[in-house]
Order: sequence, then structure tokens, then C-alpha cells
Amino acid sequence: MTTTAIRHGGLGNAISDALTMIGRSIRLSRRDVETLMMAILLPLLMMSLFVYVFGGAINTGVEYINYVVPGTILLCVGYGAASTAMAVADDMNNGMIDRLRSMPISSFALLTGHVVASMAKNALSTAIVIGTAIAMGFRPNGSVVDWLLTAGLLALYVLALSWLAAGLGAVARSVQAASGLSFFMLFLPYLSSAFVPPGTMPAFLRVISENQPITPVIETTRGLLTGTPIGDNGWTALVWTAGLLLFSFILATALYRRRISR
Amino acid sequence: MIVDVQGLRKAYRDNVVLDGVDLHVPEGSVYALLGPNGAGKTTTIRILTTLTRPDAGQVLVAGHDVVREPAKVRARISLTGQYAAVDNEQTGRENLVMIGRLMHLGPAAARRRAMQLLERFDLVEAMNRRVSAYSGGMRRRLDLAMSLVAEPRVIFLDEPTTGLDPASRTTMWDAISDLVRAGTTIVLTTQYLEEADKLADWIVLIDNGRVSLSGTADSLKAQVGGERLELTFDDEGSALRAGELLGGTVDRERRLLDLPSDGSAAHVHTVLNNLYAARVPVARVSAHRPTLDDVFMTATKNRTLERANA
Repeated sequence: MTTTAIRHGGLGNAISDALTMIGRSIRLSRRDVETLMMAILLPLLMMSLFVYVFGGAINTGVEYINYVVPGTILLCVGYGAASTAMAVADDMNNGMIDRLRSMPISSFALLTGHVVASMAKNALSTAIVIGTAIAMGFRPNGSVVDWLLTAGLLALYVLALSWLAAGLGAVARSVQAASGLSFFMLFLPYLSSAFVPPGTMPAFLRVISENQPITPVIETTRGLLTGTPIGDNGWTALVWTAGLLLFSFILATALYRRRISR
Repeated sequence: MIVDVQGLRKAYRDNVVLDGVDLHVPEGSVYALLGPNGAGKTTTIRILTTLTRPDAGQVLVAGHDVVREPAKVRARISLTGQYAAVDNEQTGRENLVMIGRLMHLGPAAARRRAMQLLERFDLVEAMNRRVSAYSGGMRRRLDLAMSLVAEPRVIFLDEPTTGLDPASRTTMWDAISDLVRAGTTIVLTTQYLEEADKLADWIVLIDNGRVSLSGTADSLKAQVGGERLELTFDDEGSALRAGELLGGTVDRERRLLDLPSDGSAAHVHTVLNNLYAARVPVARVSAHRPTLDDVFMTATKNRTLERANA
């Protein structure tokens, strides 16, 4: 037989496996048009709703469209993460995981594939949100360096949330369960400075809002793009995001190992 | 023996799934694990394909221990599970090329292998369509084709035809028979006795975590006895008189006489002549060959009796 000569294992093959699975996940999410549309249109709809309906009544001290863009981007990231959790759960529960695990490859490539596809999906949705916002009157004034810093911070945040989603997908016993588990990722942006300044919230909500990771990320992004004061938020955002990434990666790896442990 | 299993045990907490199973599969044969739902068939397949770790026993597949050398086992086997593990939103061709790439075939070789398999499984016409548009039978064929990308020595099929219509089932059976002709060893599970009868060289009946019967289809059938002739009468009196005349067992309620037979036309002829001479009218005659169903029923009935006596 010709195939017995093929060697499995080794770093080269591990990278090749990861690339194959990344290609697969990107192809699958590109073709799942409904989920992709939902993940992009819903946040756009929310942005329009806030800008044209509620925005007039919210006093943020700046033009409301300039205030709301970073929050909308993070809302999008939440939806993207939820769809990643669902895609992972689908693979864990429909037999694909058994096929991969009965092959001489590292089945970890499955998660890598989903996480990288999630990054690509979010890059697209972020570009769409910013483009639409500019059409609606968003006027960013950040420099090239500001934009690069924003992209870096958002990429780190997306990566953290994607690993968290991969972990949730790995424990979920069904696609619906994965969707349920991801609910908090969709909800958390509302309890931040995404749409209204936390100063207007009741005391206990303000405590949550001011001490959760999304608020510093939003404040930093807003500062970089529109020139509002950033203060300590830059470092807080970085520490939160890096910590979340480390935590999510370890959690996802552990949950995945446990799920496939024999 | 390409698959050699000794004293296999597996329990999930207090629930004993496999309670000392031995299997010896010769290379190039078709080996069927038959049994009701929950008998432990799928658990056995999962252990043989390195997906589940056994609690006790030795399991060698293609000469390698599934616990100590899972990677070596994986390089020599393939699994087609109960649910077609194919990507609905990829085309048939993309699914096959993906597996080829994961088996480290190289891009050109993976594409070539995909084409060969598409041709072999009659999927060329549908190869650029997404699998979500495939029929159930096409999905299973693609699933099987994906298992063959790396030319495995042992193929494990977990209920390969469950849920298929009769035509698709026949196509799957033909595909499996082709593999056997090429010298591949096949271990399959099934709930269909007909499937085991048609495909398998050796049948193992797993019941309650143990092997309760094993043998060739013919030897198993012989265990439940030879052929029988069933005569139905219009009234109970005729059935009783026929019983006095010919022997056999009378079922009074169903007005039925059950006779052992050698299955020849001459025997049927003699029986009917004797009844005609004695002026006992017969309503219907039917001949019964023992089926694996009978084996199955007898084996499970014995277990129920054992339990009742225990």
C-alpha cells in the first residue's frame, strides 16, 4: 500500500493540520450565510436604533454616533463568539470529532480552525460596522498609530472571546446549549459604557459596569478613534484582555481535553 | 488475528457495559457484532477505534495495543460512525480533499485520491454540490469514501445502513462487498439480522455486555433447529386429527400443526397425500427455514428465562 510510507506527527504536520482545519472553518462560516448575516445585521440594527431612536435622549457629551461605535463593534464580537461556540458544539456532537480523533492527527487542530475563522469573521464584521457608521455620520479623528493600536487591542479581545467560545462549545451537549451558554457574551456589552455613560446607571449596576472588561476596552477604543480621554483605561483594557485570553485558552484546552478524554 | 480482544471490560460508574468480551477477527474477513440497542456494540467499536479507554482486558488492532499505541492503531484503521460525519456545507469533493490533507497526502495527491473515490462511489456528478443537498444514501456513501482515503487495513462500521431506504441499503452492501474483495477487514455492528446474514463471515451476538452466541450464519441457524412445515386447518378438530396422524406440535388456538421437515418437495407431497387419504382438509401450507431472527429470539428468550429462575 502506498500510504504506509506517510509519516504522521511532527511540527510540520501539526501546522499543516491546523491550516487544513482553518480553511475548513472559514469555508463553513462563509457559507453559513444566515448566521453570518445575523451576527452582522443585528448589531447594525442596534446601532441604528440607538443612534436614531434613543440617542437623542442620551447625553454623552459627544456626538452620539461617535460614542456608540466601539460598543457596537464589541456587541458584534459577542455575536461572532456565540456563533463560534455553536460551530464547535456542532462538531463535538455530530460525529466529526469522532472521525478526527480516530485519525492519526492532533484533534486540537479543530479548535484552532474555529478560533482563526472567528478572527476572520470578526475582522469582516468590524469593517462593516465602521463603514456603516461612517455613512451614518461617524467621524473618527485618530492617527494611523491610533488605528493600529485599536486593531491590536480589538484583535486581542476577539482572540480571548473566541477561545472562551471554543471552550463553551466544547462542553455544550448540543448546539442549542452552546447558544444558551454564550448568552452572557451578548448581554455584557449592555452593562458597560457601550450605549450609555455608566454614571447614569443605579449604583449597583455602575459597580458592575465600571469593573467589567468591556468598559475599559470600549473607553480605550473610543479614546483612540475619537480623541475622548483614555486615562488608566488603556492599561486596564490591556491587562483585562490579556488575562481573559490566558484564562480562556487554558479553560478551553482543559474543557476540550476533558470532553474527549477516553 | 487482525483484531484480537481478550477479556474486555468497560463500566460507566455502576453501569457495566462490557463484561468480559473476547473477539478474534481474522484478516480479510467481515465480522458482525449483532445485538439490541444498549447491548454494548457501539462501546466496543469506540474502544477498538481508540476513542474510549477500556477498564480491563487486552485490545490489539493491526498488531498494536489501543491503549499504549493509539497513534499506530489510528494510522491503520478508519471509523464510519452511526451518524454520517460529513460537513454539510462543504461539497463532496471538498470533504474528501480535506481528509486527504489531514492524512498528509499533499495537495495534488489528495485531489487525485478524492477523484478516484468519487468515481468509485458514483458521486462524480454530485461532487461540486454541497452535501446538504445529498440524499441519505449519498451521504453514507461519501462518509464511507472519506473512511477509505488512506486505505485502512481495518474498517469499523457502526450501523452502516440504519435509516436508509432499501435501495440505498443494497448499494451500501455492494460497496462493502467490494471492499472485502479488495482484502480489507471489516468489523461492523448492526441491528439488522438480514445485514449480518448477507455480509458477515462470522457473527457475534452481544447481549448485556457479553458474547452470548457466535458462529457463522449457518452454524447459528443450525443451533435453533432445522426447517419446519406449518399446516393451518379450518377447525381445531382437523388440526388435532392431523397431529395424531403425523406427529409434530399442535397449536389448538391457531388451528396449526408444526412439523419438522427436511425441506424437500417429496416430504411436503407425502404429508399432503397422507392428510388427503385420511380426509383431513388443509387450509394452508407454509415452509419455514430458520432465520437469524429465530437465533436472536431464542438467545434473548433464554436470557429472560435465566433471569426469571435466578
